[in-house]
Amino acid sequence: MALYRDRILTVFSLFILFSFLTYADSNFGHYTLRILQNIAIFITLAVSYNLINGVAGQFSLGPNAFLAVGAYTSAIFTLSPEEKLRSFIIEPMLWPLSVISVPFAASLLIAGIVTALVAILMAMPVFRVRGDYLAIVSLGFGEVFQVLANNSMSITNGSLGLKGLYPYTNLWWSWGICVFTVFCTVRLVNSSYGRAMKAVREDETAAEAMGINAFRIKTFAFAFSAFFQGVAGGLLAHLITTISPSLFTFMFTFNLLIIIVIGGLGSTTGSIIAAILITWGGEALRFFEEPANLFGFQYDGVPGMRMVLFSVILILVMLFARSGIMGRSEFTWEGFLGWIKNKLSAMKV
Amino acid sequence: MDLSFALQQLVYGLTVGCLYGLLAIGYSMVYGVLRLINFAHGDLLMVSAYIGFFGIVIFNLPWPVSFAGAIALTALLGILIDRGAYKPIRKSPRINALITAIGVSFLLENLALVTIGGRPKSFPTPQFVSGSIVIGDVSIPTLSVWVFVVTLVLLAICMAVVKRTRIGMAMRALSRDMETVMLMGVDKDRVISFTFALGSALAAAGGIMWSMKYPAVEPFMGVVPGLKAFVAAVLGGIGSISGAAMGGMILGLAEVFIVAVQPEWSGYRDAVAFFLMIVILLTRPTGIMGERLPD
Amino acid sequence: MDLLLDINGLSVFFGGVQALTKFSIQISRGDIIGLIGPNGAGKTTAFNATTGRIRPSEGSVFFCGQKITGWSPPRIARSGIARTFQNIKLYEDLSVIENVMIAAHSSVSYSFIEAILGVGRYSRDETRIKSRAYELLELMNLGEVASEQASSLPYGSQRKLEIARALALDPKLLLLDEPVAGMNPTETREFGEFLLTLRDNLPIGVGLIDHDMSFVMEVCDMIRVLDHGIPIAWGTPSAIRNNPEVISAYLGTDFNGTTVKHAKN
Repeated sequence: MALYRDRILTVFSLFILFSFLTYADSNFGHYTLRILQNIAIFITLAVSYNLINGVAGQFSLGPNAFLAVGAYTSAIFTLSPEEKLRSFIIEPMLWPLSVISVPFAASLLIAGIVTALVAILMAMPVFRVRGDYLAIVSLGFGEVFQVLANNSMSITNGSLGLKGLYPYTNLWWSWGICVFTVFCTVRLVNSSYGRAMKAVREDETAAEAMGINAFRIKTFAFAFSAFFQGVAGGLLAHLITTISPSLFTFMFTFNLLIIIVIGGLGSTTGSIIAAILITWGGEALRFFEEPANLFGFQYDGVPGMRMVLFSVILILVMLFARSGIMGRSEFTWEGFLGWIKNKLSAMKV
Repeated sequence: MDLSFALQQLVYGLTVGCLYGLLAIGYSMVYGVLRLINFAHGDLLMVSAYIGFFGIVIFNLPWPVSFAGAIALTALLGILIDRGAYKPIRKSPRINALITAIGVSFLLENLALVTIGGRPKSFPTPQFVSGSIVIGDVSIPTLSVWVFVVTLVLLAICMAVVKRTRIGMAMRALSRDMETVMLMGVDKDRVISFTFALGSALAAAGGIMWSMKYPAVEPFMGVVPGLKAFVAAVLGGIGSISGAAMGGMILGLAEVFIVAVQPEWSGYRDAVAFFLMIVILLTRPTGIMGERLPD
Repeated sequence: MDLLLDINGLSVFFGGVQALTKFSIQISRGDIIGLIGPNGAGKTTAFNATTGRIRPSEGSVFFCGQKITGWSPPRIARSGIARTFQNIKLYEDLSVIENVMIAAHSSVSYSFIEAILGVGRYSRDETRIKSRAYELLELMNLGEVASEQASSLPYGSQRKLEIARALALDPKLLLLDEPVAGMNPTETREFGEFLLTLRDNLPIGVGLIDHDMSFVMEVCDMIRVLDHGIPIAWGTPSAIRNNPEVISAYLGTDFNGTTVKHAKN
């Protein structure tokens, strides 16, 4: 019964989201729509990042690299042969990449698969030893990716980057993928696979004594999370239409880290809420870094100001509010309805 | 590759290696004692470079004063970071300390960006380190000689402190077993502060020599050396001081020689460290000198 | 008689120190075998070497006729050896029922794709795992706290939960590391009775370590005594009780029949 009610409520709220997006699509300006798409992409990234860092408890710092791999893969597969010929001026593109061109959806799928494979390759050395190394190797991989992308001219076009991507990504693509990611992740976390991930997070020795192959489940979580980060990379590439190796800095990872920490490490709901807050808030705080004229005073804008603020927030949350917004709890209709009932009865009194 | 060319590369490699090593020791010691990857460690290199720069250029202080000041202040900052950011969460899961460390690293970098600006400042190289000594076909930059000597002296001091002094022995004991040390009545926090101070001082010394070698001081200059130094610490077996120094040397030599042998690979120089790290993780997970750590 | 575990001449070195020397033991279906000895005698080391946590330097472990020496801990667990830990290793932040359900992970036959789509073997497996977990919790008298957080349970219940979790693996052999440590005499007696019923009702063998001598003497069919990693005696409880070598190993501790207070608590 409750299951039935929850399904109806979920479908209903998806319908509301759909109506809102339809309204937004025809009434909101370009800038607002861009922010809405950023929010969707960041939810996708944060939810999948939370899976490996929060649910499985393996501290990866690699999403920027996975984003880059996904963005490049998808871009390479959608660019038309003519565009490739035009762009690759220093060294021609490697055959058969130079003649391949697939539909956007296929390119996203390929991007996800390639990124997941990269994650599995990384996991092999890393998860064999203690978990801390993952942080450094995944961080290092971001650097290695930049080096590789800058040097493999015939695949990535080096530092020139890839230009002229068709802006396939729109409100529907970004939110569609976002909902799909959240759906897959939530279902996975609630299955035995999710429980095994949590077991490894809580106590690896005990998990192994219960027959859980920790190495396998960690690698799986890592690849699963990388898949969606790769897809998000494809979305991002076709949103901004020009990509280069220097675009995917550690800053992306840092922003995502703040999101999952503020949302509550391990809570998918928290990741979603915080992704909205931080993406939107980050836009709102942009004025700090841009020149402005305040009441006749010329304000030059200080680059780095937002990052100072964000890092202070991150440290403060870790020191004083470690469980973030949601702790490790998740949204349920049961809890939500109870909460509303409480509010209503409080209002009556 | 003829001999003098090889020797020349050896000089270059050892110079960079010494700097990686100095930075790696701090990582290794802190990890040994707290099992924490102190992400902010590399940024101490940047802080020390700025302090040195301001001492000389803005306050017109003599070299020795300015450098000593940079080292002392950086050591102090190391202690403050630990007390302010890491100590309150000593008991919580390691992942939390790691996140805090990343926050501290970003805070230092962006504070520098906001207060000083992103434009690189050119570090004034003192007279006594310029020029070079030529032996046969091999030219040894005076700076390299200084780097070797300073590194060896600091390493010797560091080893002596850790091996012979009471606090050093407490430090080693702490890196083996935290509970036992507490029972023995050693003030744990003092030992940890000392570890941070020592590691930060070495990073500071490395930072000053780094900025003489690559004289551009900017807010993010510590990131890549910091990452590589951590790799060096892993190479040498994390937790071991001599291992960290050796890891630094190996990394420095590997970077220089790979480019020397295959000049067309020069673009991949910054990736060498991580390939080495992966090879090490696959073959000798505890590093070259390391013992197996208890889990 | 149905031989489950057959350990022959197992030795373990830790950096030059011999933690276990030529340890041998046989556990058959229906047996409850005790492993006792003073602190540091190598009892937990023997468990760790059996379950793959430590690689033995020599000797072999056979389980159900199959050589399992060198297997990884999860593989050994899946082959049918479940264990509990001396210092209780629960998944503290998870609920009681989740703790038990996790141990059934290896019996899950659905793929992650089936889990995401909610089709195929997913529902059937999940229902099975969940009802089995409830069954085990009921068995351990933990049914009422199923949805509470594991770390909120009192110590005695945490021990019981750990055993419920071990049973969820459907083991053939159950290794209990100090199962009654921290329990009061009433709880200990109840647990002893429970263990005997369990042995009578399930086709399993039990190996257990404990410092509570009266408990060990009460429930075990045979007892192996270790001292400084060396097996010094093997026999029935009454034989062990009167073995002079055992008594001298325990010299200074109150051995004969009464509860020895566990040093760690």
